[in-house]
Amino acid sequence: MCDQTFLAATFGPCDNCSANRPLMNIYLKNEPINYCSLCVELMACQGLAPGETLASLKTESENLKVKLEEERAKLHDVELHQVAEKVEALGQFVMKTRRTLKGHGNKVLCTDWCRDKRRIVSSSQDGKVIVWDAYTTNKEHAVTMPCTWVMACAYAPSGCAIACGGLDNKCSVYPLSLDKNENLAAKKKSVAMHTNYLSACSFTNSDMQILTSSGDGTCALWDVESGQLLQSFHGHTADVLTLDLGPSETSNIFISGGCDKKANVWDMRSGQNIQSFETHDSDINAVKFYPSGDAFASGSDDATCRLFDLRADREVAIYSKESIIFGASSVDFSLSGRLLFAGYNDYTINVWDVLKGTRVAILFGHENRVSTVRVSPDGTAFCSGSWDNTLRIWA
Amino acid sequence: MQTVMSSKMATSNNIAQAKRTVQQLRVEASIERIKVSKACADLMHYCGEHAKFDPLLMGIPASENPFKDKKPCTIL
Repeated sequence: MCDQTFLAATFGPCDNCSANRPLMNIYLKNEPINYCSLCVELMACQGLAPGETLASLKTESENLKVKLEEERAKLHDVELHQVAEKVEALGQFVMKTRRTLKGHGNKVLCTDWCRDKRRIVSSSQDGKVIVWDAYTTNKEHAVTMPCTWVMACAYAPSGCAIACGGLDNKCSVYPLSLDKNENLAAKKKSVAMHTNYLSACSFTNSDMQILTSSGDGTCALWDVESGQLLQSFHGHTADVLTLDLGPSETSNIFISGGCDKKANVWDMRSGQNIQSFETHDSDINAVKFYPSGDAFASGSDDATCRLFDLRADREVAIYSKESIIFGASSVDFSLSGRLLFAGYNDYTINVWDVLKGTRVAILFGHENRVSTVRVSPDGTAFCSGSWDNTLRIWA
Repeated sequence: MQTVMSSKMATSNNIAQAKRTVQQLRVEASIERIKVSKACADLMHYCGEHAKFDPLLMGIPASENPFKDKKPCTIL
């Protein structure tokens, strides 16, 4: 159970006993409180109302779950593909590999585009993080991390820094300098500290804050300059594998998916878990917001991708075929949200029609698992990274 | 004595957890939802509005796409 594996993410004076201890950030009546674990337990024992027992709480939680499902089902009047029947079908798609980026010595685990639409940062199992110019396939920067399995990397919005992390349990930020001879590792700044591996990281709208997710079951928001923890997000009961920030600059939510088969929606300011979706049958490897911000897609080890609508609070589409039996490791939408690109562990990339639920293309080329798929910021191409040590740009 | 204390802590840990679950479920059950038909209509509308700006969907001429191969240049 995750209560044993993750330590509290904050340390300081307890609101109750004032002792300096690791704190648990919990909510009572929607108010955040920071109590040390001892005070939480004591409060739980005292806090039982007369007649409440563990058993009665369990029955209440079961009843609430049933009620939640009923409320959701009441609004389920139609399926997405039925509504989309009148939409024109898509024609044939010809997408080919236009560039192959070779240079990593081992599996490529994560990639991210720069906002200038031409640079890409990628990280690999061999501990190297490389910044590429996708137009020319030149390598612009390379950093060697002190750990292997660098599972997360992200480009800063300004294009002046990159963040990466993995088995070192940390997220580090490297400012990129124009001087090719400069040793990037010298300027490294450790920002995030988790108690287990870093699975994903992303800058928020500015270079100043980073959101991270970890194998310790938590997500956290950090201030880059000071390395301070601004907010932590507890709720997953197993490793969190992926996160994505709301696309609009004013949205304050993000989504996360993990090994507990749940996809959670969080409020960044309060740390509250707003919604939770548990329809996948296995680990959720990837989540990505729909461009409008009202829905998101997820890819899972159960070989399906699913679309969840936030305002309808339920799954509205499932993208699967009997012939697809390998897990989906990564998903991304095209600019309009009509196409969903999904990378699978059977070395292929499937392109789905989001509205109709059908597959429009299957792309071959990689010689091992596809671990990451990212559409460029202007939508002209998408990049895929694979365990065959290469990245491919498709257009 | 030790075993009594530890089992008490174990049950109170479960109680704290159960209370948190109930609290969280109450929050989730109380959010406002809209009908799936409305949500789907909005998704379709968004797709329709933005389809013409989507290069991967519409396809753009090779001359405009920096990734597509142009005709080979001859050096004069």
